[in-house]
Formats: sequence, C-alpha cells, structure tokens
Amino acid sequence: MNKEDGRKSVLVIGGGIAGIQASLDLANMGFKVYLVEKSPSIGGRMAQLDKTFPTNDCAMCILAPKMIEANSHPNIELLTYSEVEEISGGIGKFRVRVKKKASFVDRSKCTGCGLCQEKCPWKVDSEFELGLGKRGVIYIPFAQAIPRVATIDKEHCVYLLKGKCRACEKVCSAKAIDFEQKDEHIELRVGAIIVASGLGLYDITSLTEYGYRKIKNVITAIEFERLTAASGPTMGELRRPSDGRTPENIAFVQCVGSRDFRNKAYCSSVCCMHATKEAMLAFEHHPGTKSTIFYMDMRAVGKRFQEYVARAKKEYDVTYVRGRPGRIEVDPENDNPIIWYEETISGRVMSFEAELVVLAQAMIPQITKEFADILGIELNEDGFVKVPDKLAQPLDTTKPGIFACGYVHSPRDIPDSVTQASGAAGRAAEEIASLGSRGGE
Amino acid sequence: MEEKDLSNPRMGVFICRCGINIGAYVNVPDLVEYAKQLANVVHAEHNLFTCSEEGISAIKRGIKEHNLNRVLVASCTPRTHEPLFRAACEEAGLNKYLFEFVNIRDQCSWVHMHEPEKATAKAKDLIRMGLAKARLLQPLAEIEMKVAPAALVIGGGVVGMEAALNLANQGFDVHLVEKESELGGLLRSINKLFPANKEAVKLFKPLGEEVMNHPKIKTHLSSEVKQVTGFIGNFNVTLDGKSEDNQVTVGTIVVAVGAEPLKPIGQYGYGKMANVITQLELEERMKKGEPVGQNLVMINCVGARVPERTYCSRICCMTAIKNAFLTKESNPKAKVWILHRDLMTYGVDFEDYYRKTMELGVRFIRYSLERPPEVVGEGKLERIKVYHELWRREIELPCDTLVLTTPLVPAEGNQNISRMLKVSLDEFGFLLEAHLKLRPVEFAMDGIYICGSARWPTDVTEGISQAYAAASKAAGPLRMGFVKAEAINAFVDEDECSGCGICEVLCSFQAIELQDRDGKRVSHVNEAVCKGCGTCGAACPSGAISMHHFTDEQILAQVQALFS
Repeated sequence: MNKEDGRKSVLVIGGGIAGIQASLDLANMGFKVYLVEKSPSIGGRMAQLDKTFPTNDCAMCILAPKMIEANSHPNIELLTYSEVEEISGGIGKFRVRVKKKASFVDRSKCTGCGLCQEKCPWKVDSEFELGLGKRGVIYIPFAQAIPRVATIDKEHCVYLLKGKCRACEKVCSAKAIDFEQKDEHIELRVGAIIVASGLGLYDITSLTEYGYRKIKNVITAIEFERLTAASGPTMGELRRPSDGRTPENIAFVQCVGSRDFRNKAYCSSVCCMHATKEAMLAFEHHPGTKSTIFYMDMRAVGKRFQEYVARAKKEYDVTYVRGRPGRIEVDPENDNPIIWYEETISGRVMSFEAELVVLAQAMIPQITKEFADILGIELNEDGFVKVPDKLAQPLDTTKPGIFACGYVHSPRDIPDSVTQASGAAGRAAEEIASLGSRGGE
Repeated sequence: MEEKDLSNPRMGVFICRCGINIGAYVNVPDLVEYAKQLANVVHAEHNLFTCSEEGISAIKRGIKEHNLNRVLVASCTPRTHEPLFRAACEEAGLNKYLFEFVNIRDQCSWVHMHEPEKATAKAKDLIRMGLAKARLLQPLAEIEMKVAPAALVIGGGVVGMEAALNLANQGFDVHLVEKESELGGLLRSINKLFPANKEAVKLFKPLGEEVMNHPKIKTHLSSEVKQVTGFIGNFNVTLDGKSEDNQVTVGTIVVAVGAEPLKPIGQYGYGKMANVITQLELEERMKKGEPVGQNLVMINCVGARVPERTYCSRICCMTAIKNAFLTKESNPKAKVWILHRDLMTYGVDFEDYYRKTMELGVRFIRYSLERPPEVVGEGKLERIKVYHELWRREIELPCDTLVLTTPLVPAEGNQNISRMLKVSLDEFGFLLEAHLKLRPVEFAMDGIYICGSARWPTDVTEGISQAYAAASKAAGPLRMGFVKAEAINAFVDEDECSGCGICEVLCSFQAIELQDRDGKRVSHVNEAVCKGCGTCGAACPSGAISMHHFTDEQILAQVQALFS
C-alpha cells in the first residue's frame, strides 16, 4: 500500500447520526472514509426514536436520507457488523485492524428480501425494539436498515449451536447463507480517527424505588419511543403493558439516575425535551391524553425549546410539576402506578396516580475502558471521552489525531451532535493538511 | 449515459406505504391498481418503504425491466427524499429530471388521517396530475462551476478566528473581516471562562496573534462587508474599511458575527442606581480587580424567558454561577446569592461546577416569574426582597451590588447580513439555519455557513465546535474545486422578450440582467445564480420567461388532469 494513502483516509467509529455526519462531511471534502459500526446496520440511537424535538420531524424520515447518502457516497466504505480490534501508529499514519464479524450471510449476495427472518422458526427479543418486539435469529434489524442484509445471530442460531435447522438456507433463493463463514480481519491505514460511538442507557433496575421491571406500567422513555413509532412493535398504537389499554393519564418522571450522587451526578441534557415531546406525541396519538411531567429544572436551553415547552402546556395540556418523586408504588386493583413526591412549591408530600409512568433514564457514554485503551485515549471520571483543553480544542482527545463527537464526548442532543460531528471532520481535515504542509511523516 | 428514447412515454409508478405512515390511512394497493389504468403507465407497484434499499432497488429494477423513461414516486415529501429517488433514476441510466415526486404523506395521509377514503381519492388525483406532468418532462443537465479557492469569514471573535484558522491550515486563502480595530470580539470584555476558569485574554490573544501571523489569512480590521454578489464558488465581496484591497473573490463564506448582551435599562433600578450592574459589567470590574462589595446578589433571566423575549439564552446561568464562584473564591467572607428560575447547568461540567459553587457557599434561591424579586432603596440599592419558594415566605437580602444576568440578543448588524447575503432571520432576529436539527451550521443559501451566537447564544466551547463545523462545510467545495448548479432555472425566449426589465428588478438573487442582442435589449439569466424560484416567470408581462421543469405546458397539463 502506498505510504501516502493514510493521509487521505479517515476512520470513523460509530454509525449513528454523529458518525454518519462526520463521514459525509469528510467524504465531501474528498477523504476516503471507513465508517465502522459494530451492529448490522448504521442509524444508531436516532433510528429508534419516533419523532424529534423541537420540530417534531419524524426521526427516521430525516435520518434515512443521510443513511442512504452515506451508503451510496463513492468516498465512504461502510464496515457494518465490524469492530476495531487494534490501532497502532499515530496521526497521519494510523494502522487499524478491523474485525468483520461472521454474519453467516454472504452480504454481497443477500437481496434483503426478508424471507429468511420470516421463516426462521426461532424468535428472540429484538434489540432494536428493546425487547418489546421479537426478531428472527436470522434478521434485518429494522425496516430501513442500511445495508439491508440479513445477519445470523450466532448466540441463538440453533444450527450453529446444535447442528440442526438450516431453515433459512432452504428459503434463500439468493443462496446467500454461508454457515462456513469466519470472522475476517482487515487492515486500514488512515490519517485520523473520529470516535462517535454514541450513548448507552444506564441500568436503572437497581433504583428499586422507581419500580422499573417490577411494576408493569412503568417504562423508560426509549421504550415509549418504540411504542409510539409507526414502525414499532405496536405499529404506533400507544398501549400500556399490563392490559394493552391506551393510557389517558401519563406521568413522566425526570432525572432517573441523573443528577443523582448515588448514580450519575451529571445531567443527561436531553431528557427534559424528550419528555416534553413524548407528552405531545401521546396527545397527538390520542387527543385528550393528560400528561404530567415531574422535574427538577426544566432545561429547555436550545433554539426554540422554551417555545416548545410553552406549546406543550398550551396546546397539549401538559402539566409540569416541580418535584422529585421518591417512590413509585402500584395499585394492585388496576395496575396503575402511584407516584409519591414532594411538591416543592407547597412543601407537601403528595401522591399521584397515573395509568402509565415514563422514566427519563440516565444516559451514559457508549465506550468501554478496554476500547479506550485500544484507541490509546483517556476517559474522564464519568466515562466520557476526556478532552484535555475544552476551551481551545473542544473536540480533541488525549491522543493527537483522534477526535470525538456526539454523546460519547459529552451529553448532548442531535443538533449539537451533528455540529460536533462536522466540527470533528473539520479538525481531522485541518490536522492532516497541517502534516502535509510541514512535510512531516 | 446512453440517450433514452423519450418520444413515447413509458412511465413507472412506485407508491410508498411508509410503514403505516401512509399505508394505514391511504389504500395503497388501490392506488397501484388505479395508476396501472392510466395512460402510458407500464408498471406500478407499492413498497413498504420506497426509500429503503429494497425500494431503491425496485425503482432501478423497474427502469431496466420495463424500459421506463419516466418515473413517479408517490411518498412522503420531496424535501427530504427527492434527491434519493433522483439518484436511483440516475444510477439506472435515467436522467434525474425525468423523475416526478407526488406527496401523498404530508398532503394526504397526515392531513386527512380521519378521512381515509377522501385521503385515498386525493392521492389518486395527485398521482394522475403527477403523471400528466411526468409525460412532458425533459432531461436537463446541471452546470458545473469552478470554485475560487478562498473563503471569507465575517467576524473576528474567537469563533470567527477559529473558523479562519481551520480553513487557512487546510491551505486556503482566508479573508477575515472584523468591524472593530482589534480581534477578540465579546471576549475582550470577559474576565474568565467557564468551565476551566481560564482567563479570556489567554484564549483570544494567542489566537489573534496566530491569525495575524498566518500567511494564508488576510485580516481586514475596522472593516465591514459592504456588498456581496455572486454565488457559491464565486462570491464577489466589496469591503468598506481601511484595507487597500477592498474587492475580494471567494468560494465560500462563514458568518460569525456573534451577539450582544441585553442592557436591561429600567429593570431592577438598572441605569438609575449605580450599584445595579450587568454580568458583563461585573466581569470588567473583576478583570480590573475592582471591589464588588461584601454582599452580592444576582438575578437571572432578566429580560429572558419573559413574554416579550421568550427564549432562554443558554449561557447566562453558567455566567452567573462562574462569577459567583470567582467572587466567593477570591473573597470567602463575601455573601453571594443567585436568584434564579430553572437552572440550566446541563451536561457533566456545568452540573459539576454548579455543585462546587454551592459547596463554596454561594446561596441559590429560586424565584418564579409570577413573584419576581423587588429592589429596595432610594438612589442607591440597599436590599432585595424575594419570595423564597422552599421557605414559603418573603425574605430580605442585604445587597452592595446587584448583578443582573441578561440574555444575549441578536447583533444589530444581523439585519444587514441578512439583506446582503440573502439569508433569513428567525422571529427573534438571530440568523436562521437551513434545518434546525440536521443542518445547524448551514444557511438555505448555498456556500454560506453560520457559527457562534449569531445563530443562537452559545458558549465558547460550543462556539468553537461550531466554527470547526462551519469551516468543514466551507472547505468541502474549496477542496473539490467545483460545484454543480441547479438545472431547474429560468430561461428567456428572446424573441418574446420586450426588454422591459421588470424581471431584473424583481430577481432577489441578482441573476438577471438586460443585455444587448443585435441592437435589441433582452433579459439574460445567469444560470449559475438562478435558484429557479419562478418570480420572474410569474411577473413577465410578455410571457417570455419559463422555468425548466415547471413549464406552462407541464403545469397546465396537471391542472387539466385534475379537472378531467
């Protein structure tokens, strides 16, 4: 491989909206981009959302064109279902080893017809639907997946585990199933790296006072998104888990695990707004639905956010109650959750009965210490990517040539993530160009 | 690309169910059957998501298998999806202007959700109309234009400087225009910056020096942009100022003109009582080391989140907390209160800073818009009365200096920028981005980008990230060296043109000028600048101007189809 090659290429880790945007900007500047995504499709967390604040644009409707653009851009090579295993070298001359995981499907032959997932006799919880829906063991993760190819989940495939089945192979007219497929390792040379691995969800089952997973009608915000999404497990019909009824009285509890010393001390930054949006959506799906949001500070700090909250109050009958619920119980008669909270204005401890409770679950950076070690970058105390000089170089990590953007950098919403992604692309371009002008390595 | 025979229209129709977005309200299979009966339709099908890879392959397959020379997709909205379907046509060898979009989601299933039968009937009308137009579509070609390898950055604050440096370090000539006589912008008045409590001067001074010494950056101080003509790739910029070369040509433009803190004249005694100041005035005093007294009270949201200015200016809570922290840190005996509404310390660092400030002994008291604090004193402010929500009673605080935390408001120059660059302002007077969610640093106008507080109040860290983002967008065309112009533009039938000049006056893009043709004055359209808005075509009294892709013939065919 030509020694110059690395200079003209950039590796982007994470195929969510931030990674996609960074890839597109770099590709439009003429760089060759390798976009590595560990799951079978790009799209990330945004693909799971129903609508987006404060415009109420359907998330998939604005994301899908970007996903397709990334897939068809001549300068972008998508490496989905792949993981970065090893990195050596430095800025201008990184060597990256990527594992393309065996999917047991020849991705060049698969037409994405979906017949295999339909005929697969084994069903497991769908990650995309957060377990609210099922998928085949061979599966395409969601309707608008890019690339649209099937993947066999080897943890659950009965043929791979027990040597019997091969149902998918029988129905595949493209002859794309390949049980002999092995992991493949490839080596890339790139000039810079952008980390955009996104956000994870903090496990709140240990916060027993909220009753999550114990009280049926207590769900998380991301689960709510799937329940109102047209492509979700209920085809967009909002129904509560206990009896499938449409809830008419919904409570949203904010800061569950966030702004909480025992858990995550920081503010997750987006929950005030997604709760407001979800309350609006509940009303739109079922006019007359009453939503009550229990909050500490209503952090509507972005462009048009205050006006969005005002609209929620005025047009969608959303009530905001300042108070931090301490406990959620259940009425065994009707499965209604009952929230106990101190109403800070009056100082009284009060209870509130709702038909459905939606918890604003804390969000965490999606990156492990082990992976940070592979990259050679440091993380901060909360596990976000460490940025040594936030003022002067807000997107630079502790290692030259590696930049970060999106939620893995710090808690932020989609417009900020998109901005940072373009910014990280700009920084990568600048640093690579500076190497050239110095005539360095 | 091989030329298709267009004389005999062979039309393909692809109707999207969009999951249930369309399919649940509009009878899509019925639409397919309907389309199949219409003249020149040789293929019709429906897809779960026409925009999915499967749907795109269906279009390409349809073009090949049925030798289609016109394609119609009935789905969501051309705003997000037209480029995608056009690209699919192109990849299958069909000129992308032989594609027609019919919007049956926004215009049928969404707005007529409760009347599915009528929604379906309307979708049929729209498809019939779309096909009537599609029959008459003609292939068009985009124009490729060279890009001048230079950029203009307007605004010499830290955000503008960072954008300029990023572009210059990528090897492009940059003209940086600053109206003041020195670089640094608003930061010149700031003491220290959160969250690191770094002195502002230590950020903007070295940056300024780097800018001034950079061989690729030409800094125009005490200068303003007077006029901008042209278009992406070729903007001709006239500067007004001391600089000798006041005429420059650039490929792209970055706007970083910042914003100004509100002066709260008449509020809480400001302007009348000497010891009532703003956060910015406090910063200036702290920078000079002037004493601010033992009892300091701050009131947040002064002029923000109120009926006459509804927005939250994002950075003020942290500004107040930072100044409270620094005051208390330098003088632990001082008493500092922050009277606030919602406290906007979002994220990791701000929440952490807030906590440390509380631990240092700064008192936070929440007030509501319904019961704002009151000032007590004649000529000089002495005390503040505030209703303490947690104690549920009114308390009085001694006060040597009252500091009002005010929002950033749009810079006066925004109006001028808007007029000159033909970019829009929002309802507050901030500059309006192309799309709030996914195109936050772009304008709707190609080749012009936005960053910093001119778009929306932003702190230094976020502003610099935006500067890199705008620079990265601005670098795209500069690096590629060319851009493509829209093929849907105006064209003049010179025989019909009377040379009256109405179109020239009306064109908001300066795309039309009158030229001599064999002694006759005729209107001429600069295709590279024309945005295809159609204003000239509508106004032309001689009917000499038509729009490619929206010809009178095509539009009349649609109208006839509706009433047939």
